[in-house]
Amino acid sequence: MHARILAALEPGREIVAVLRHLLSRLAVGVAVVAGVVALTFLLLHAAPGNPVDYLLGPTATPSQISATRHSLGLDQPLPKQFASWLSRFGTGDWGTSIATGRPVREMIATAWPETAWLVGLSLLLSCGLGVVVGALQAARPGSRTDAALSIGTVTLYAVPSYWLGLMLIMLGTYQWKAFPAFGAAGYDADFLGAWARFLDRARHLALPLLTLTLIGIGGMARFARGAMVDVRREPFVTAARARGLPPRGVTRHILRNALIPVVTLLGLSLPALFSGAVFVEAVFAWPGVGRVLVEAVQARDYPVVMAATAVSAALVVLGNLLADLWVNALDPRLQRQAR
Amino acid sequence: MSLTWRDRRGRFGMTVLLVAVAVALAAPLVTNGHPDQQVDVIQTRFLPPLATDRHGAWHVLGTDRFGRDVWTRLAYGARISLGVGVLAVAISVALGCLVGGVAGASQGWLSRGLMAGTDFALALPRVVLLLLLAALWRPSAGLVVIVLGVTGWMGIARLVYGEVRSLSARGFAENARALGATRRRVLWRHLLPNALTPVIVAAALGVGNAILLEAGLSYLGLGVQPPTASWGSMIASGRDTLVNAPWVAAAPGIALVLVVVACTLLGDALRDRLAPHTT
Repeated sequence: MHARILAALEPGREIVAVLRHLLSRLAVGVAVVAGVVALTFLLLHAAPGNPVDYLLGPTATPSQISATRHSLGLDQPLPKQFASWLSRFGTGDWGTSIATGRPVREMIATAWPETAWLVGLSLLLSCGLGVVVGALQAARPGSRTDAALSIGTVTLYAVPSYWLGLMLIMLGTYQWKAFPAFGAAGYDADFLGAWARFLDRARHLALPLLTLTLIGIGGMARFARGAMVDVRREPFVTAARARGLPPRGVTRHILRNALIPVVTLLGLSLPALFSGAVFVEAVFAWPGVGRVLVEAVQARDYPVVMAATAVSAALVVLGNLLADLWVNALDPRLQRQAR
Repeated sequence: MSLTWRDRRGRFGMTVLLVAVAVALAAPLVTNGHPDQQVDVIQTRFLPPLATDRHGAWHVLGTDRFGRDVWTRLAYGARISLGVGVLAVAISVALGCLVGGVAGASQGWLSRGLMAGTDFALALPRVVLLLLLAALWRPSAGLVVIVLGVTGWMGIARLVYGEVRSLSARGFAENARALGATRRRVLWRHLLPNALTPVIVAAALGVGNAILLEAGLSYLGLGVQPPTASWGSMIASGRDTLVNAPWVAAAPGIALVLVVVACTLLGDALRDRLAPHTT
């Protein structure tokens, strides 16, 4: 609060400081994405196996191979290939997939909203529910409720996503026959009315979303519990109680401060969530970026791998940046430090 | 050790891990037959748990679609899962101590450069790297160990850096320097041994994580290759028979959850005993 009062005298300086902080974070983010892309490029070309073998098969003649290599531009020196890829990628020409012949941009454009939906919704749900579970535990640390919930959260934290997905398929698809196990929409989705289509989407989303959310709750609740137990010990909580604040007011004090590390974790857990999504997408045949990436890596589909890694790295960096901004907004002490 | 045993979580974690390690080491003694053995595929496939087959062999956890004993494969798969987890974390700890220790004990550009590199590596999406590395070379257990080790050292490096920085300002480090010890000797003999406590905690948690990732790579077909038994590839092979033989996928999954829970609880208990102030 103090920092805000001081800053109010010189509002211009605060904006400049925040902007400078934002710019430096943005520069780091761009460097990370560039690093990921360069590393991917090097790894792809250093590894044995190349797309031409996959494309032409074992019966190809040497002249066919060299002709295909030339048409794909693979006979150029590596730095030149990288530079030309980078300039084309930068201007929006992402090339065509070597394996499927489809434009890469179109593939990514249809895939990324699917991943974003899945990851975004599960992030929202697991964060909300996880904080609630953590708060229940932190209300009476060491109690029976706390112990029972701890066993639950540590188990969820340890469950492999692909296995939980399979077990949920066993229950939801085969036992209850309630939720489909594959894809994001039914085959007849295009012929359904708006409401029926929405229901169809929701039913397809249910199992993958539940898988990711359950696992997310495990980690989030463990962390939120720790953060809240720590904050409860702080002198300002005792002071608030001593001033005669009702329990609800004290809880608000605790929550506001305990949420700061939780939001930081939210940003940091994005890569983990994305990696969880890679496995979950593989289990449920969810048509997202993770699945595109896995298939492209297996087929040595250079343009698709490069675009998918660039986009996923950018999404992760962007998420971290947003979490950072949010923490700044939540915690005035940090705004003062940034100056 | 005994203090950790007194903690309920530590007791559970240690017991489960000891049992798992014992089963892995004594796999030939506690099972009958070879993990890849297919005696009589038609007659012995998809036997439910606790069934006895025509040849009189008893299958505690049933058999899979090739008539292989699930318990035998689970026991031999534990060798891969635990071995990969421990070795990968050993590589991470070694790399993390090296980078963090050198960065913590040195000044100026070397220190700043190393930590900037660590932060950069920390920001790389780990699974994307894992997928690339594991998919591009011929998959094997050794490759998975290296890949997991090389992508997992950053957190440990930051821990060690912080510890070494704060320890080197303490009296005993000052004394060692005053006695004429070289910077390298102070780092290896005085600072690092004292910085190891949080590293042990991080390593216990890291083993669970590495085991999960190994199983995940094997599940995607990018890790240990069939017919070698690994928990991840066992789950993958049970995927197609979920309806008529759910035990094939369920058994390795439950084993995974138990071992990873054990690692996490042991890590929690160790942290509360050894380093109560780190989170």
